[in-house]
Parts: sequence; structure tokens; C-alpha cells
Amino acid sequence: MKKNLVSITDFSKEEMLRIMDLAADFESNPHQRILLGSVVASLFFEPSTRTRLSFESAINRLGGRVIGFSDTSNTSVSKGETFHDTISTISNYCDMIVMRHSLEGAARYASEVSRLPVINAGDGANQHPSQTLLDMYSIMKTQGGLDGINIMMVGDLKYGRTVHSLLQAMSQFKTHFTFVAPPELAMPDEYKEHLIELGIPYTETTEMEKYIDDVDIIYMTRVQRERFSDLMEYEKVKNAYILRNNMLAGTKDNMKILHPLPRVNEIATDVDKNPKAYYFNQTENGVYVRMAIISYLLGVKK
Amino acid sequence: MDSKNLNVRAIENGTVIDHIPSDALFKIINILELEKEMNQITLGSNFESKRMGSKAIIKIANRYCADDEINKIAIVAPMACVNTIKDYRVVEKRNVEVPEAIEGFVRCANPACITNHEKITTKFLVRKKNNELNLRCRYCEKTTTQDNMVLLK
Repeated sequence: MKKNLVSITDFSKEEMLRIMDLAADFESNPHQRILLGSVVASLFFEPSTRTRLSFESAINRLGGRVIGFSDTSNTSVSKGETFHDTISTISNYCDMIVMRHSLEGAARYASEVSRLPVINAGDGANQHPSQTLLDMYSIMKTQGGLDGINIMMVGDLKYGRTVHSLLQAMSQFKTHFTFVAPPELAMPDEYKEHLIELGIPYTETTEMEKYIDDVDIIYMTRVQRERFSDLMEYEKVKNAYILRNNMLAGTKDNMKILHPLPRVNEIATDVDKNPKAYYFNQTENGVYVRMAIISYLLGVKK
Repeated sequence: MDSKNLNVRAIENGTVIDHIPSDALFKIINILELEKEMNQITLGSNFESKRMGSKAIIKIANRYCADDEINKIAIVAPMACVNTIKDYRVVEKRNVEVPEAIEGFVRCANPACITNHEKITTKFLVRKKNNELNLRCRYCEKTTTQDNMVLLK
């Protein structure tokens, strides 16, 4: 049976831990050309610089070759070919598909159309599971493990797919969550109910500084202007969700700040030099984690 | 003799679907494609009901519902009851059972879902929450609630 990574829930807890181990192995020994002779299709129906380059870097470091496109303007998609036909054709050219699409569910559908493993590199507002695994790897590396971590999630908790997937994944590791968001962008009830069902405690607040000294991880996301129906409301709250260096004085020594990037202004640049800022290290971790995911799904690492 | 029994006895052979929420009547007419039905049909709506406040009823002579039709009815009318009538008597009374999964007759309410842009059979997992049915899309993973359920033809 071929295995896909479309949604973070496609991986069991054991598989997530296996990816962590493999990523650590690639980090200590990045020169493993175990994909020599393999071809991976990198299909970006929607442009993305960071994620695409991170995947392509991972494939290249493993010795595999990349085919694909970074936008659809020069492809048969622009001639009106169906998504189904594009995927079934490209499946004959390669060993694995990595894809991003603006429509939600596109990667799941591709995994049904294709006999190859499919990695979802983002489908609209739905899932972006390799981001979740690299967030977990960053947490594990900086905290020494995944169990019992206190995570503060800040910003757009309503629409942010990264916070939802991270919540789903980390809820298997006795995490304590603190949600910091304006009421308009609060964590949706279905995720809070999920935590209640699992007996996992969480705290909700609109003030970041109230619990900032208690947490091990601050996971920052951007509060986007276009999410607000009432722009006066946006003006009122926009500065309440910006992390500044002077807020970090009393935080725990082991505390690290994560951000899925790109950052706009939600982390002030004076934080960048603080050793607790970890968001740029996260991007390096992303390459090792993607090497781990690719080699695991292709079965070259078990 | 109450009016419900009178209605049930009024056909010799066929099906009586009772306890339909009044606002689901036309959805069931669509599901059963009653516009193509040549047998006698009686439709009633906004009847008083002790259990539901207001209900609708459908009687179709000489037609019996297939299991997959009953599954579909369950999605729009989880409280409905399908009675099979033979020789003026109820020979079978089936409360509809909500299936665990459905394929292909409800539209995903998420406009950004791939199933609304490509020719793809929709697939949902059915979840019951406080007497409301929620459909979780296999593709976009979003939930379609009973209020925004649109049937596909």
C-alpha cells in the first residue's frame, strides 16, 4: 500500500516520532544520496517560494532529481486540462508527487488519482502537514522532547491552518495550550471541543503578556487586516498581537519563539537578535524534516 | 381514528414516509425524483405533530424505497419513518438510519473545495452532534451542516 502525507492525521503518533528520528539523522549526516536515480515531481499550481525551495533542496540533497513547475501559466492547465488528467499524466514521469494547490482537497484527490505517494505542500486554507512536522521537530530540538510542553499560540487562530494542524498533532503529547487572539480570530470551537474530548487543558486570553512567562513555546502568526469585517476593530487590536523584545525579559530560559513565516510585523525586528528567537532556524529544520518525509514515503528509510 | 392512520390507510399498496420535517419535504421529493413518478402521489405539509411541531408526509402508491434511497432520506430527515403498505396494512415500519458515510448526492458547502471545481464524486463522513447532522468532506476536511446542505442532481 502506498502511503501519502496529505493531512497531518495521515500519520500516527509513532510515524511522527519516526520522522523526528529520521530528521535528526539527516541533520547529523546530511549527505545521504539515497534517492539517486529517483525523480520527484514538484507541482506548484499556486506559487510559493519558501516551501517549494525547501522541498526541492531536500530532494536534491538526497540525490534525487526534480521535475515540475512553479506556476501554471506555462502548463497545459492554462489550456483547460482537468486536474485529474494533469495528475495522471505526470504520474507516469516520476516516483513521487509534491504539490501545492489553491483549492482545498486537491492533494487528497491527487492521491486517489495517482498510484504514487503524494505530499501535500499546502491546499488552500486546509492542510500543510510538512510545516507541522517541522514545527514539531523545532519544538523537540529546543525542548528536548515533545511531551508536556506549554505552547502559546498567538494571532489568527481562526483561519491559520498551521495552528490547527499543530494543535491536532501536539494534542497527542499532553501539551498545554494557551490561545491568544482577538475575539474575531479566536480558536474555533471544534478544535477546543477536540481538546476537551481528549482531556487536554487549555487557556484562552486576549492578552499576550498575561501568560507569557509560563510558556515553553510562543507560536506567532500574523493578524491579517483582510480577516476583519470591521476595520475599526482591526485598528484597535493590531498592536496587541505584536511581540517585542521588552516583553521577553521574564520568560523562561528554555522558551523559544516559532513562526511559520513569512513574518510581516507581528514580531518586532528587535526580537531577531534575542537567542529565544528561533524562526529562522526553523527553516533549516524544514529541509531535514522534508528529507525525512520523502525518504519515509518512498520506503528508502523505514 | 386519528388523521395519521387515515392517511396511512388511504393507499392499498406502496410507501408512506412520515415524520418528515416540513422544510425537508421538497428535498425528499428531489431525492426520490417524484417528478418522474407515474403512480399516484399524495403530499402533505405543515401537519401538526406532537413530536416535531410541524411535519410533512408523502404517500406513493405501488412504489417501495430502495436502501440507498432510505439512506439519502436519512440525511435530510433523520427522524423520518418509512412505512411499507401492502393490502392497506403497514407490513414494515422502518426508522431511517443515518449512514456513516455518504457519496455523491450532497454538495460540499465550502466554495474553495476541489469538488466544486472538478468533476469529483463528493464523499462525506456523517457525524451526529446534538441531533444535528454534520458532513465532513473527505477532500477539504470542512464540515457541511444541515442548514447549508444542498443536494446534487
